Amino acid sequence: MASFVRFTLDGRECLAEEGAQLVAAAKECGVFIPTLCNCPGIPPKGACRICTVLVNGMPHTACTTRVVEDMAVVTRTPELEAFRKSVVEILFAEGNHLCPSCERSGNCELQALAYRYRVTVPHFPYLFPKRDVEAWHPKLVKDHNRCIQCKRCIRGIRNDKGQAIFAFGKRGDKVVINIDPETSKDISDELAQQAMDICPVGAILRKGKGFDTPIGRRTYDRAPIGSEAAP
Amino acid sequence: MSPKSAKAKKIVATTSLAGCFGCHMSLLDIDERLFDLIELVEFHKSPIDDIKTFTKECDIGLVEGGCCNDENVHVLTEFRKHCRVLVAVGECAIMGGLPAMRNTIPLKECLDEAYLGGATVADCNPGRVIPCDPDIPKILNRVYPCHEVVKMDYFLPGCPPSADLIWDALVALVSGKELALEYRTFKFD
Ligand code: SF4
Ligand code: SF4
Ligand code: FES
Repeated sequence: MASFVRFTLDGRECLAEEGAQLVAAAKECGVFIPTLCNCPGIPPKGACRICTVLVNGMPHTACTTRVVEDMAVVTRTPELEAFRKSVVEILFAEGNHLCPSCERSGNCELQALAYRYRVTVPHFPYLFPKRDVEAWHPKLVKDHNRCIQCKRCIRGIRNDKGQAIFAFGKRGDKVVINIDPETSKDISDELAQQAMDICPVGAILRKGKGFDTPIGRRTYDRAPIGSEAAP
Repeated sequence: MSPKSAKAKKIVATTSLAGCFGCHMSLLDIDERLFDLIELVEFHKSPIDDIKTFTKECDIGLVEGGCCNDENVHVLTEFRKHCRVLVAVGECAIMGGLPAMRNTIPLKECLDEAYLGGATVADCNPGRVIPCDPDIPKILNRVYPCHEVVKMDYFLPGCPPSADLIWDALVALVSGKELALEYRTFKFD
């Protein structure tokens, strides 16, 4: 049987399984910690920093933190919220996000976080980087303009031999996430769909699939991301 | 209307720069609230009343579209000079929008595609001319969001911003009350 530990979340006493991931434990307790590079079911990476919370007064990424006895966690302060908002703003300024023409609009985690934090305009200059849209793959389109380099696709998508079908190339601000032509050769429609779904933004799309949910009925049209966790 | 309320009316100017007039259409989409609006504000330079030049100072300037040519820059600068509060309305004013898709492509390539090599050009430009008459506004190297050209005071997202958001913002600006920015009206598409 799993043993439970006591910890505090924003001053409230909570219980979690010992060693549970803080993001998941907080969700169980009705507290939403925003995430982007984290995806339930795949090992966390701590890449985007949006899940930053205070653990015993120190900033920690909640997706890579395990709950231990007596931990004091603060998820919401004006500074943390402002920091999260700037993470979102940086990602909008760093890529080319033309939401009105994006297939993922309304179902996009980055956009939903921008709504949540009411980002009207980034406080950073738009970089307008030159990036490609790759359409050579028979089942997938890769739009590098929208990729936030969270690497969820690399970590979470495997072919039936257990090989990753996405890989990153280049380094630093030139980093690109590519489809591996070899390992992705014979992927099924289901795996292509899983790849599209694991991407938090519209950087991986299934070929031949466009806008299929009417505006007003998409995931984040009515309620902000994280509302489901709120008590 | 009593002369007192006529005097108290705020003066609004609007313009469409490198936009599609969708944001103006959304303004008209406030439907019957248009009657309330004309009680609240007086329109000055705007495509709505076709006043072309500023002859008085305005309280609120609504700017649709970013700057893709030197005429846009000129108009935007005039708006900054004559409007106390300047609002970037819509995706194009805020980040360049769809016209800014050309920002990652060198200008020469864009013009070549549009006038010489593009699939739809074929025979319709036999002289192979790229227009450059001094009467046509000069195109800029890229599309600039409004706040990269002048100081903008507020930003209303959306493509176009919903009529409700534009209405809420105008009421807030006229009455001096804080804008609630309801989730329902806060969208990028
Ligand atoms: S990926 Fe998300 S944020 Fe980027 S353009 Fe698409 S909807 Fe907008
Ligand atoms: S393609 Fe999508 S899932 Fe993969 S790194 Fe880019 S944003 Fe993340
Ligand atoms: S979700 Fe924790 S660092 Fe990205």
